[in-house]
Amino acid sequence: MKIHEYQAKEIFAEYGIPIPGNDVCRTVEEVVKIYKSTSGMAAIKAQVLVGGRGKAGGVKLARTLEDAEKHANAILGMEIKGLTVEKVLVYEALEIVSEFYVGFTTDRNTKSVMMMASAEGGVEIEVVAKEAPEKIIKLPIDPRYGLMDFQARNVAMELLGDVKLARKAASIFQKLYRCYIELDSSLTEINPLVLTPEDELIALDAKMNFDDNALYRHPQIEAMREVSPDEAKEISAKEMGLSYIKLDGEIGCMVNGAGLAMATMDIIKLYGGSPANFLDIGGSSNPEKVIEAMNILLSDDNVKVVMINIFGGITRCDDVARGLSKALDMLNVDLPVVVRLSGTNAEEGLSILSQKNLITAESMGEAARKAIELAK
Amino acid sequence: MSILIDGKSRVIVQGITGRDGAFHAAQMADYGTKVVGGVTPGKGGQVTEGIPVFDSCHKAVAETGVDVSIIFVPANFAMDAMCEAADAGIKLVVAVSEGVPTLDVMKAVKFLDEKGAKLIGPNSPGLISPGKAKVGILPGNIFKTGSVGLISRSGTLTYEIVDALTRGGLGQSTCIGIGGDPIVGLHYLELLEMFEADPETEAVALIGEIGGDAEEKAARFIAEKMTKPVVAFIAGRTAPPGKRMGHAGAIISSGSGTAEEKIRAFAKAGVCVADEPSQMADLIRTKLNI
Repeated sequence: MKIHEYQAKEIFAEYGIPIPGNDVCRTVEEVVKIYKSTSGMAAIKAQVLVGGRGKAGGVKLARTLEDAEKHANAILGMEIKGLTVEKVLVYEALEIVSEFYVGFTTDRNTKSVMMMASAEGGVEIEVVAKEAPEKIIKLPIDPRYGLMDFQARNVAMELLGDVKLARKAASIFQKLYRCYIELDSSLTEINPLVLTPEDELIALDAKMNFDDNALYRHPQIEAMREVSPDEAKEISAKEMGLSYIKLDGEIGCMVNGAGLAMATMDIIKLYGGSPANFLDIGGSSNPEKVIEAMNILLSDDNVKVVMINIFGGITRCDDVARGLSKALDMLNVDLPVVVRLSGTNAEEGLSILSQKNLITAESMGEAARKAIELAK
Repeated sequence: MSILIDGKSRVIVQGITGRDGAFHAAQMADYGTKVVGGVTPGKGGQVTEGIPVFDSCHKAVAETGVDVSIIFVPANFAMDAMCEAADAGIKLVVAVSEGVPTLDVMKAVKFLDEKGAKLIGPNSPGLISPGKAKVGILPGNIFKTGSVGLISRSGTLTYEIVDALTRGGLGQSTCIGIGGDPIVGLHYLELLEMFEADPETEAVALIGEIGGDAEEKAARFIAEKMTKPVVAFIAGRTAPPGKRMGHAGAIISSGSGTAEEKIRAFAKAGVCVADEPSQMADLIRTKLNI
C-alpha cells in the first residue's frame, strides 16, 4: 500500500524527523493563502500515488503570488500517469547547501532490511543505482537487532564527513528506521534529505510504502488508504477472496491460481488476443466466489468473451463446475463463455456443464484460440 | 534418490487440528508420507485423522522422531511456528501459510539459518518426491516417478506443467514450490545445486515469474555451475508494472523484475525458455535427446 508524501511526512514528524511545512491544499485559494504566509518562495507539489511527479510538471517553485496562482491552477486537476491531482502540498522553500538520499527497503537477495544512502540526493535513486552504483552505500540490517548505532554513525560519517552533522544525520537514520520497522513498511525513504546553511537536516520529500500482509496490525495505516476507481474494484474483489487486476483487453479471464492466471493472460497475448484482466479465484470452489468473479468480468464493458481456465488439483473440477453452473443460472450471461477444465475430476465437471451454453476446450492453448476467434 | 524428502522422511503437521491441516495431513498420509504427528498447543493427547497430536514441536520430536514439519497455521502465528520447529531441532520446515508479514519471514529465515534448518516457503504448496513422499498440498495423482527436477514460484501453474510432463512420459524426481512471497527460504540457487548433485535427476524445469531478480541470478548460476540441462517458463509477460499479480512477490517495481529481462538472462545463459507451458515437455525431451 502506498501513501502520499504529506501523509508520510506526518508520520516522520511523529517520529521526530524534521520536515518543512506540511499544508495540504485542494483549491487555488488555499494555495494562495499558504503562499502568503511564506517569505516569498514556496514549493507546490502534486500529491498523487505515482512516481515521476516532477517530470510530469507536478512540482513547481513559486517566487511570486502570480506564480503561486499559476502553478496551483496548472497542477490541481492535472493528470499524472492516469491519476488526477486533487491535492497539493505547499511549504516555504528552503535554501539548500547539499542533498542526500537515505532509505530502507526489503531486500530479496540478502533477505534483510537494506539501508541505502547516497550523497547523490534529489535525483532518482534507481538511475544512480544503474549508472553509478558505487555512489550508493548499501548496508543489510538484521531486523532482529535493528539498525545499530555504529552502523548509522558510520554511514552518516561517510556521507557528511563532519562529526557534528553526522550525529544529527545518524539520529535521523535511527528515527527513519523506526518508521520502517514499527509500521511494517516495505519502503521508507527521504529523497532528498537536505542540509541548510544553518546546518539543519530536513526531510524535503518523503515516501512510504507498506507491506500489505502486515496491514492487519496497523489499522492507523490502513485508515490512510486512498483508492482510485480501478483499485476500488480490486479491493472489493479482494474482500471476496478474489485477486483481480483490470487491463485493457477484450477477453475476460477467470483462473484458479496466480501463476496460472498470469500464464493465461500471456498465452492470450501470444496467440494475438488481448486479456481484459488478471483474475485469480484461488483454491476454493465456493459458488459465491464464482458468481462474484463472473459479475466482475461482466461489469467490464470491454469484455467480449469470457475464458475460464481451471486446473483441478485438490480443488476438484466437478466442484468448480457446480459453482459455475449456479453462477450461470443466476446471472444473465449474454457473452460467449469458453471453459477449459483439466485435472482432478475434469470429466465429471464437463458433464455437469454439458447442458449449459458453453464452448469447451481441452487445453489452455485451445481455449485461448477459441476465445480470440470469438472476440473478433 | 530425490532431494530433501524421501520415503523415510518423518513428518509432523503444525496446525493439524485446523480445517486445512487436518485435510492435508490425511491426504499426505494417503499418499504414503510418514505423518508421525501433529502439533496444536493445548490439544496434546488428541488424535486427528488417526494421527497423534502434541502440544509442542519439542514433544513431538522427543516422542516420535521428526525430520520435517509442515505448517498450516494462520499467517499471524506463522513466524512463531517456523521458529519453534527449528528450535526443536527439525531440519526441514515447509510453510504453507499465506499472507505472512515480510518482516516476520525475514526474522524466521535468519533464526532457521542459525539453527541449521532449511525453510521452504512461506506461501508454498510444498514439495513432493513422487512415489516416495508428499509434504504439501499438491495433488499427488498428477505426479509420476522419474528424472525431472522441478522448482517453481507458483502452485496451479506447476500442476499444469507437471500434468503435461507426466502425460508426455516425463516423470519427476522432486518438485518444489518455493512460495510466491518476496522473501522465502530455499530459492533457485540452493535447489539447482541439490538437483545437480542428485544422481536421479537428469534435467531441471524452472518455473519463474515477474518480480525480483532471482531468475537472473539463477541464469548466471546455471551458465557457470550446472552440467544438467535446465528449461524454464516465466509467467507474467503481460503483467502491468506496479501491480501485485496475486503473489506478494510478483510485482514489477521501478521498471525492474520484468519477464523480458528474465527471459533475456536465460537466453544468454543457454537456457531454453518455453513460450507457453505445454512446450516444456518437448523442450526437456530435446535437451535429453529422448
